[in-house]
Amino acid sequence: MATQILMPALSPTMTEGKLARWLKNVGDDVRAGDVIAEIETDKATMEVEAVDEGKLAKILVEEGTEGVAVNTPIAVLGADGEDVSTAPAPQRTDAPRAAAPMPKVAAEGADVKAIAEMGAKGQRKEALEAAPAPEKDWGPTKPITVREALRDAMALELRRDDTVFLMGEEVAQYQGAYKISQGLLDEFGPKRIIDTPITEHGFTGMAVGAALNGLKPIVEFMTFNFAMQAMDQIINSAAKTLYMSGGQMGCPIVFRGPNGAAARVAAQHSQCYASWYAHVPGLKVVAPYSSADAKGLLRAAIRDPNPVIVLENEILYGHSFDCPVDEDFILPIGKAKVERTGQHVTIVAFSIMVGVALKAAEELAQQGIEAEVINLRSLRPLDTATIVESVKKTNRLVTVEEGWPYAGIGSEVAMQVIEHAFDWLDAPPVRVHGEDVPLPYAANLEKLALPQPDWVVRAVRKIV
Amino acid sequence: MAQAAETRKRGNKAKEPPVDRDQLLQAYRMMLLIRRFEEKAGQLYGMGLIGGFCHLYIGQEAVVVGMQLALSEGDQVITSYRDHGHMLATGMEARGVMAELTGRSGGYSHGKGGSMHMFSKEKAFFGGHGIVGAQVSLGTGLAFSNWYRGNDRVSLTYFGEGASNQGQVFESFNLAALMKLPVIFIIENNKYGMGTSVDRASASRDLSQNGAPWGIPGVQVDGMDVLAVKAAGDQAVAHCRAGKGPFLLEMKTYRYRGHSMSDPARYRTREEVQMMRTQHDCIENARHRLEGLGVEEARFKQIDDEVKAIIQEAADFAQSSPEPDEKELWTDVLLEG
Repeated sequence: MATQILMPALSPTMTEGKLARWLKNVGDDVRAGDVIAEIETDKATMEVEAVDEGKLAKILVEEGTEGVAVNTPIAVLGADGEDVSTAPAPQRTDAPRAAAPMPKVAAEGADVKAIAEMGAKGQRKEALEAAPAPEKDWGPTKPITVREALRDAMALELRRDDTVFLMGEEVAQYQGAYKISQGLLDEFGPKRIIDTPITEHGFTGMAVGAALNGLKPIVEFMTFNFAMQAMDQIINSAAKTLYMSGGQMGCPIVFRGPNGAAARVAAQHSQCYASWYAHVPGLKVVAPYSSADAKGLLRAAIRDPNPVIVLENEILYGHSFDCPVDEDFILPIGKAKVERTGQHVTIVAFSIMVGVALKAAEELAQQGIEAEVINLRSLRPLDTATIVESVKKTNRLVTVEEGWPYAGIGSEVAMQVIEHAFDWLDAPPVRVHGEDVPLPYAANLEKLALPQPDWVVRAVRKIV
Repeated sequence: MAQAAETRKRGNKAKEPPVDRDQLLQAYRMMLLIRRFEEKAGQLYGMGLIGGFCHLYIGQEAVVVGMQLALSEGDQVITSYRDHGHMLATGMEARGVMAELTGRSGGYSHGKGGSMHMFSKEKAFFGGHGIVGAQVSLGTGLAFSNWYRGNDRVSLTYFGEGASNQGQVFESFNLAALMKLPVIFIIENNKYGMGTSVDRASASRDLSQNGAPWGIPGVQVDGMDVLAVKAAGDQAVAHCRAGKGPFLLEMKTYRYRGHSMSDPARYRTREEVQMMRTQHDCIENARHRLEGLGVEEARFKQIDDEVKAIIQEAADFAQSSPEPDEKELWTDVLLEG
């Protein structure tokens, strides 16, 4: 049976090309893989190889012809011994042309918009309509440090599930660079508390590989600054594989460590990565403030079947807060906490900035302004419902973060409020943030760059 | 180093193993299936039915087919974006792979991954990765999971000679050697990382020895000879299963087509390609051996017909399977907590 040879597309964008040269003549035998012609595209001259076997029976497009559309028949191949001289000249069919890339992209453009609207409604509206559930009362508490809370969370989950393990630099024998993993090696042994060499890219990839095969690694970065070396594995491998595999292969993994400025360690060791990770679909991101946040959110992160980034704060490690003593205490990812109620302004903060916001609220109270302080706890998913409900009451929004302003978490929170509660706003939202410079070393300059409680007071006073 | 040199010697000796006729026939059939699959994929790409990047495996079939013969069920396989051959060799269905190439719902990733990103939990195939070198530390992690669970499974971690210069490859060598992880690092050296020849990219002249500083034994293998690959694979698998840590295989191979579909391959001569095709082709090579073992023309014809039918069915399915439902855009981003 005669087979048509069609003008091939030789790049993702090619729609037509020049048939530069025939390398076979009519009557020649053609085997699969033989180069039969050369085609010039907009980018290069390419060789066309035969896919089928037979005798070249007819050449339909002479060499030198320009502007030959993709999928136009260019020659006819006859089976061995077959006489195709009487076969009718093949007609150009429209069917394969419909598959040419150009018109399809245009058609899809319209669909994509519709789907995006559907998705935005389907996901966000639902979240907004659900009234924020009151926080569960976990009963008696006792004061513990954030450091102890993180260690206890890991110890409890390591006991609960033997596929959970901890790896990172100095986590085992040294007991943790910041002593978060104190005592874990003794209890769980070297197979589950693993010291790694200083090789973030490699060990992060290794941990992601182990997670793809069903283990539940906790990867400690000595600080999140060093996770930059492993960014590709976190984003391209951990966050995207579930989607790219059509739901077959999840990645239950926790990346944790101190984030943001410590004290006097300068630019390369003092950066907030909240906005970087929160940008990525396929990740969850939490940022605990108190001991209860740290314990409850880390336990939830370890149990979560998805990759979760836990952004801790070095300065908070030694702070004590009341924390529920209940063995089962855990917090849901995606729920904010109203730390203080008030009716004049909503202050939204996360991590160490919650403390700054609470201090500012005390100062404001003395001035007769009652601020509602929301501790985000989770940055992705964001608890938009709690924020919006608060703004509908206070009609004013101030966001506080340690990181830079451009495309920051404050920008996202403000935009959510504008989208969902624009008519309730009595003033433009105000962002309080770290100054838009690499963090300096000098004590006085460092202080000038990081948000202080009086910055928040001033921001509130601008709009109240 | 002494250990590495010793295994090298054994590796060379292993080049003339006894031939198992049925196994060679099975390998021949799989290599042919991969080649016909790739030729068909190239054709569908030409028709605009496959989009984006499409990296064909034509020429390199003996590597993955030979290695697969050395594996047992449950061993893991992971590779780069030149992955169609690996998937077929692990037993994934041609129709599911082809339908993924055309971006249809019947594809292994429901059309959401494409040529470079496909997976099968069932067949222990862990992708299909688009970032050069990333799969090497991921594959080391698969080996880590075997070590952690205390089973005797082995992770086959494939990468090209181009990827072999990535920093995380050496980080992985160190981690695997340090922890004695059961991973076989397989460098598919097809001589060109896109358009840059290995001589212009790597100061190392013998990639099989790239693991030597970490004491990882390495062997150079004629990657155009499926039986030589299988023999080297047996040696490496035995080493890993015995708990001796990682092993490195450098497969000397060749791709006949460009790096991807849009590569005119001007960085090498037509004569070089033709020489490899006519004198070193892995399928022709296996066929001659089988003829010498008395396999008759009718048997080859029968295999040919079977393969053709599978590929035709796959191509038909890849065109008739519907595009993914628009709702799929929003699924599989996160798993339910």
